[in-house]
Amino acid sequence: MTTPEERIAELLRALPAPPQGWMEAAKELPTARRELDTIVERIERDERFRALVLADLEEALRGEGVEPTPAVVALLRRRLAR
Amino acid sequence: MDPASDAALVARCLANEQGAWDELVDRYARYVYAIAARVYRLEPSDAEDVFQEVFARVFERLDTLRDVDALRPWIAQTTRRCAVDALRRSGRETAVEQLPDGADEGLAQLDEAMTVHAALAGLSPDCREILDRFFTRDESYRTIGTELDLPPGTIASRIARCLARLRDVLQPDMQRAQRAGKKADRPRVG
Repeated sequence: MTTPEERIAELLRALPAPPQGWMEAAKELPTARRELDTIVERIERDERFRALVLADLEEALRGEGVEPTPAVVALLRRRLAR
Repeated sequence: MDPASDAALVARCLANEQGAWDELVDRYARYVYAIAARVYRLEPSDAEDVFQEVFARVFERLDTLRDVDALRPWIAQTTRRCAVDALRRSGRETAVEQLPDGADEGLAQLDEAMTVHAALAGLSPDCREILDRFFTRDESYRTIGTELDLPPGTIASRIARCLARLRDVLQPDMQRAQRAGKKADRPRVG
């Protein structure tokens, strides 16, 4: 027989905290979107830049001064896939 | 978790209110992480990709959410889809065919766990911190004692006291769930 406290403890354990860095990266999405707007505009009007981004997305982001965190890369991929 | 507060949070995010997106990430980070890492048992690197992909999708599509009260099920469904994609990419086809054993129960348990986590807001900051450190960060009595400047001998009793308070905060929810369970167990007549 499980006591209510044991059940509560079990449920607390069911939701461990993710690594802090993952959360920080996800929280940066609004800022990243503003930076990506500029990059996407450039991709649309500059064929060479577009090819560069498609060849190495992370390096292209670094070249534009944007840290290619997984969240930023995922966001840009989604924008490019539209 | 109160869906009404989820609806309010979505509205604040869509209005680009300062701090609203951070609050959404804080509220759902554990949930997304638990689905990816525990229910779907993804490797840490795949779990991280799924975690970031889910929040990127939620961020991009929040304005398409038709029922703002359904934020949690929407996030759960998005996470499941991303996790299945990750399984496909990693070549674990057999796992893609069906959910891992116990996945449905695991998802139901996470919904219950979200309610318990939301109830933590009804406790003092000290209680919240000690329960979080012990149960979700898996810290030892020694670490907690050092970090919070408490004698290790008092940690267990504080945890027990805080758990009892949390039980009291949850009591109405637990009684409602019990009543609902009994009702469901009754044989249908007619």
